[in-house]
This record gives sequence, C-alpha cells and structure tokens, in this order.
Amino acid sequence: MIRISIPPTLRRFCGGEETVQVRAGTVADAISQMQGRYHGVRERLCAEDGRIRGSVLVFVNDQDIRFLEEQNTALRPGDEVTIIPAFAGG
Amino acid sequence: MSHSQGFMKALKCRECGHEYALGATHVCEFDFGPLEVAYDYDRIKAELTRAAIQSRPQTMWRYRELLPVAGEPSVGRQVGFTPLVKADRLAKRLGIRELYVKNDAVNYPTLSFKDRVVSVALSRSVELGFKTVACASTGNLANSVAANAAAAGLDCYVFIPHDLEQGKVVNSLVYGANVIGIRGHYDEVNRLCAEIAGKYGWAFVNVNMRPYYAEGSKSMGFEIQEQLGWRVPEHTVVCMASGSLLTKIHKSYQEFTKLGLVPETKWKIHGAQATGCNPITQAQKAGLDFFKPQKPNTIAKSLAIGTPADGFYALRVMKETGGSGDDVTDDEIREGIRMLAECEGIFAETAGGVTVGVAKKLIAQGKIPADSSAVLCITGNGLKTLDAVAGHVGQTREIRPSLREFEALRVADQPELVNA
Repeated sequence: MIRISIPPTLRRFCGGEETVQVRAGTVADAISQMQGRYHGVRERLCAEDGRIRGSVLVFVNDQDIRFLEEQNTALRPGDEVTIIPAFAGG
Repeated sequence: MSHSQGFMKALKCRECGHEYALGATHVCEFDFGPLEVAYDYDRIKAELTRAAIQSRPQTMWRYRELLPVAGEPSVGRQVGFTPLVKADRLAKRLGIRELYVKNDAVNYPTLSFKDRVVSVALSRSVELGFKTVACASTGNLANSVAANAAAAGLDCYVFIPHDLEQGKVVNSLVYGANVIGIRGHYDEVNRLCAEIAGKYGWAFVNVNMRPYYAEGSKSMGFEIQEQLGWRVPEHTVVCMASGSLLTKIHKSYQEFTKLGLVPETKWKIHGAQATGCNPITQAQKAGLDFFKPQKPNTIAKSLAIGTPADGFYALRVMKETGGSGDDVTDDEIREGIRMLAECEGIFAETAGGVTVGVAKKLIAQGKIPADSSAVLCITGNGLKTLDAVAGHVGQTREIRPSLREFEALRVADQPELVNA
C-alpha cells in the first residue's frame, strides 16, 4: 500500500482524513485512485491539461517529484506520498 | 478606522477569484491557488491623500489603508521609511545617468526589509487572537520574527537551515526565540513548516498568514514613490528569492497610480538572482513563463530558494512591464557588495551584492539605458553575512605604535613620497 498525507486544504474533500492508503504504480495512478474514492480531488490537484498544478507540491519519500518523473514517478509498496501547497519566501 | 475589517474586503484566490473570510488561511480550496487580500479601493481613495500621508509619522504605517490590518498596528509601529539615497558615485561607476538606492539595510529593528512583512503579519496575528508565531526562514525573516515577537510578548518558533551564517543564527537566539535548525535546504525547511502549520494552531507568518505578510512588502514601493517626489521610477531592480517582493513592488506602483497619488507612467521591473540559484532568471532569459526547480548553491543564502512560490507571478511582472532578469556569480556578488560600499558607504548583505551586480550587467547590456533613472532595492545588512566577504575585502596591516613604521608603510604604498 501507498500512504498519502493529505493537507488540511484538501481534507474536506477526503472525508476529513489526514492520510489515505491506496494501491498505485505511479503518482498519477495514485491521484486517480483518490479521485475514484473522493470525487473532485483530481480537479483540485491537476490543471485542465492533466498536469499537477504549479501551486501543488508532491513529495515521494521526501523527494520533490519535479526532480523525479513528475506525475509519472513510480511508486512502490510502502512509499509515502506527501501533498502540500507551494510555499513562500523567507 | 471604523469598519471591523479596516479597508480589507476579503481574501481572494489569485487564480480563480474565489473569496474567503479574512482568517488565517493562504490556499484556495478549489485549485490550491494563493490567496491575496482584496481592498475597498473606493473607500481608500476617499481617505488616502498625499496630505494625509505627509501628516503622519515617517514609518511604513503612514500608508496603513493599503496594509492588511483591521485596526491600528500593534507590532512594529516604528518600521520602515528607510533612506532613498541618491547614489551619484555608484551611478558613475555603473554608467547610468541617475541612480537611487532604497536602503533597507538600515530598516528597524533587525536591519532587513523583512521587518516590513513581519510587522504586518504579527499585527494581524494579534488581531486574530494568536499567542504563538512561527516562520520558515533563510535568516532575515527569523531575525525579524524573533525580535518583533519578543517586543510583542508572543511565543516564537523559527525554523532555519542548519548551515546559516552565524550572524543570522545569533540574531535570532538573542531574542529568546525557539530556534530550530533543520538539516536540509530552505525548501525542505519550508516543506516541514507547511506540515507543522497544518498540525499546530500557530500563526506561521509565511504559511497561513502569508496573504497578510506578503502585503507588507508593498510599503517599500510606496516609500520609493513618495521619496522620489510622488512618481514611479523608470526602472527598479529587485532581488528575488520566492519572487514575492518583486510582485509587491509592482503592486505598490499600480495602487498609487490607481489612487491618483502618482501620475500615470510606464515602468520596468527587473529581477536579480544568484547564478547558484536562478530558477526565475533562467526562465526569464529563456522566454518561458514557468521555471524548473533547482538545488541552491550560492553564498546569497537569503535568496537560496530553489522552488520559488511566486516565481510564476514574478516572471509575469517582468514580462508585462518590459523588464528583464539576470544573475551573478559568487565573485560578482562580492564585487557588487564592494562597489556599493566603496561608492555609497552602504554595506549590504549578499542579496544586495546580487542586486548591484545584476544592475551593472543590465546597464552594460542596454536593458537599463545609460540615459535613464533606476532604483536599486537593497534588502539586508552586510553585518549579517560577514562570512561571505571576509578574506575578500583586503587585510588589516599591523604595525607597532611607531610613527616611523607608519611612514614606512606609506612609502611602500606610494614610493613617490620618498622625494616629497
């Protein structure tokens, strides 16, 4: 199973859950699994062209997927996926 | 101010326009777009005149109708109104007709422009009832949150990369803040803080308080326009970390123009980064409207954000205003620091060296024409980043307390003195 941490902004659309478990081979696949369970998740995370929005950051085991294969990044059982809003300067 | 929300109307998504109540939230539920404060400009126009502004104390709060607090500010009431220095010697060195330096290296109380955003964020945090404030920081923000929280009697946590300059670490610890060093880049610090902010009920100035916080940067632009004699400068050069300051300087010019406080004119805003962390200027130079994230490696640690949240918006401002962007190496950053110090007596931190170095390049390339006028935004003080320039600015020469030794030293410098 893949464990996905849900940011507070998205929890209202995920039944209030802080984490969700899915079976998925890629990040895109994981988002599809979530969409199947919680309608409306995909349009919040992805733009109309299907790519993950610039305002959304996704990490797989602490690695930013923009440094990996973006939404095609492979997932293995036991991986942890974290979704957070893009952040500001400091 | 009679209204309970001051001159604010709502928080509004920059992407889809969806509106939210004026609470501690920063992200749109519908598309994760950043939220921004929307104002009642009709009411502001009726109250905010040049005469009203000039009648007020010389702080950033003289423009308070355009800053997002409901009542009178309670934190950082003395912040801002830093000098706008007419930099004739630096202008000559860089080859431009007229040059000004907006010197936030002497901002009160912690010597960087961050005191502007923090005084707004903490004043609003107090209004919303928070007792604990926090931030993710590359250093300057940590210093400012720690100092202003101490003065306001708020509990404070600051999260910084573990390898920051010693000056910036001590400048946070001294105020009694909880300083947490994270073994990772700023982007990793920020990611952790996004998770902590989601779990704890604190006011994170650059996470859940970000819509208010970011607006504080506008005051730097308001001051530039007033200090120039109520006009927008032709060219403004701004260093970029997240890119937020650049977008807010632009917004300040738009707001003063819209309110009739300055004449309508065209302006260009130029962005400056370090070559070791240049996601925004790399995209600008390639003509792209999106950037690729980077792993930073530069002495300009206050600008070392490889995944800049406002990068997209900064690119848009540069494009819309006809501005440009460029970046400079570590050696060019040190040269920029020295030029500003030697010509104007202003010791800026590494980010200031980036601004001066990039201005030099843009003037040489003709992107800022030699017969034009420009403002350089200097955002922090060199005393905080001594490590970056120590060993590169000459050495002390030691002699015994002897007039003969001093005169020998002078002759060694200038052999012609032997026959003088």
